[in-house]
Amino acid sequence: MKILVTVKEVTVVDDEFEIGGLSIDDRYVTYDLNEWDEYAVEEAVTIAEDIEDVEVVTATIGPERAEETIRQALAKGADRAVRVWDDRLAEASMLDPATKAHLLAAVAEEEDPDLVLTGVQSGDDSLGATGVSMAERLDMGWAAVVNSLDLERESERSEDSERASGETASSDAGVAHVHRELEGGVDEITDVELPAVLTIQTGINDPRYASLRGIRQAQSKDLAVKSLDDLGLGPDALDSPIEQTALYEPETEGDATLFEGSAGETAGELAGLLRETGVGQ
Amino acid sequence: MTVLAVAEHRRGELRDVSKQLVTAGRELADETEAAFHVAVVGGPDKEYGERMNREGVDVVHTIEGCAEFNHDVYVQSLEQLADVVDPSVILVPHSVNGMDYAPALASRLDRPLVTDAVELAHDGGLTVTRELYGSKVETTINVHADRAVLTVRPGEWPATDESGDATVEAFDATIDESRVRSTVTGFEEAASGDVDITDADVLVSVGRGIEEEENLDLVRDLADALGATLSASRPIVDNGWLPADRQVGQSGKVVTPDVYIAIGISGAVQHVAGMKGADTIVAINKDPNAPIFDIADYGIVDDLFDVVPALTEEFR
Repeated sequence: MKILVTVKEVTVVDDEFEIGGLSIDDRYVTYDLNEWDEYAVEEAVTIAEDIEDVEVVTATIGPERAEETIRQALAKGADRAVRVWDDRLAEASMLDPATKAHLLAAVAEEEDPDLVLTGVQSGDDSLGATGVSMAERLDMGWAAVVNSLDLERESERSEDSERASGETASSDAGVAHVHRELEGGVDEITDVELPAVLTIQTGINDPRYASLRGIRQAQSKDLAVKSLDDLGLGPDALDSPIEQTALYEPETEGDATLFEGSAGETAGELAGLLRETGVGQ
Repeated sequence: MTVLAVAEHRRGELRDVSKQLVTAGRELADETEAAFHVAVVGGPDKEYGERMNREGVDVVHTIEGCAEFNHDVYVQSLEQLADVVDPSVILVPHSVNGMDYAPALASRLDRPLVTDAVELAHDGGLTVTRELYGSKVETTINVHADRAVLTVRPGEWPATDESGDATVEAFDATIDESRVRSTVTGFEEAASGDVDITDADVLVSVGRGIEEEENLDLVRDLADALGATLSASRPIVDNGWLPADRQVGQSGKVVTPDVYIAIGISGAVQHVAGMKGADTIVAINKDPNAPIFDIADYGIVDDLFDVVPALTEEFR
């Protein structure tokens, strides 16, 4: 069985920052593995520990800098990595989810996974669309916002149905029993046929920290860099009808009364206010 | 031209966001002198169709489908409806279910998709405003195409409550069952413990800023001193530091206490959706740009590790 985990290096912005053009000034940003993707990586690595013969491949779209981030996934137990890049991607201030889905689907077509996991959304753009868009491109089943996953592989049964229907089914076909986290503390319980793309919600598991040994091993794991050419894609794969035109700090809508001074002073003023409203009496 | 909005329903209820979509859709249709249609897929579709007959809606299309949401049924139904209606813009709620079908619908119709819109404008072309980096900044996106799919943030547009005089008509969609690859088998409510945070008059709520599980005692002490109930934002529950029934927000509980004290909570939109109805909101956060200050009535921009113990001391 093969699991593909698509991950993203996200831009993390400092509390205080400046905007330069269509992006945050470099001085105020750091880069990290997307939080939702950490849970997707953990889910894949856990499955690989529970079931024999599972290969976990992780893929990302990003410049050379992103290798540091994707090595985090390797350090946590992914077997190898693929990084897709084209210098023209650096020109786009924001990547269209359709473009991302197109590139990552091309990797998935090469890898032919039984299961694709990715985060629900990224912490920077928060478009929340790449996973489902990729599933549609791959003609796979999918489920978005998954907070519980239980795999049931049906290799034998699928062979039977293959004979019965005369169709060729993947030998690793099966079902993913998932919970989708709806609003208001309600889970939808759903069965999804494999192969499928699942977008993983935070809290589904407890992501591990990479061990020192894992970090050392990650340095020698295979990290393939693929161009559009390598993936059989033409330059039009980067065409996007979506263009970012402005980036700005929203005008604060708030009219909060801010208490100022030392912690003792502000706490004192707030305490006075709370007492007036009848709290702590 | 036509703008088409897709209603959302779940477990026998038409969700509030559907009425907000009517407002957003009508505004956009007015800017482009377009007709405004609404689609209802599945559920008791005829009943919901009548209920979506609201002011400003020209046509409601009701499509028989499964009782509950299934993304394959939605995508197939809406693809066929779009072939007939040819909407310039399809509006979908940016909800968990919206996220589960809008990207696939856009891909199948070969239309661009922009998600989580907080503002829409049409001035020669479609412009979408959305937030980035956890609401720290806003961005505008121009869509250079005459057809698009957009998801719209719940709670950003007021609901249209007035009934209208739309034509309500059934649309026959043919569902290819072999391409329905998922089945809903049930629903499960998050387990509830012994504390009901929706019942509390005063909530002391803790977020990511608390950094470590050991530090939770700081806010526990404050809650005890105030006679308040302890609640939390999502990361605290994701980490397993507090049980799920303490979670305030879109995926947790919606609370309306007299006083809500947000400690180390940035105020992401998903959290705010759960507590904006509180009478008085107090925020303690060291990030002056944290969106929580946009909805707070009172705030302290400082390190919670200094302010919280001092505040607790005031009530001892």
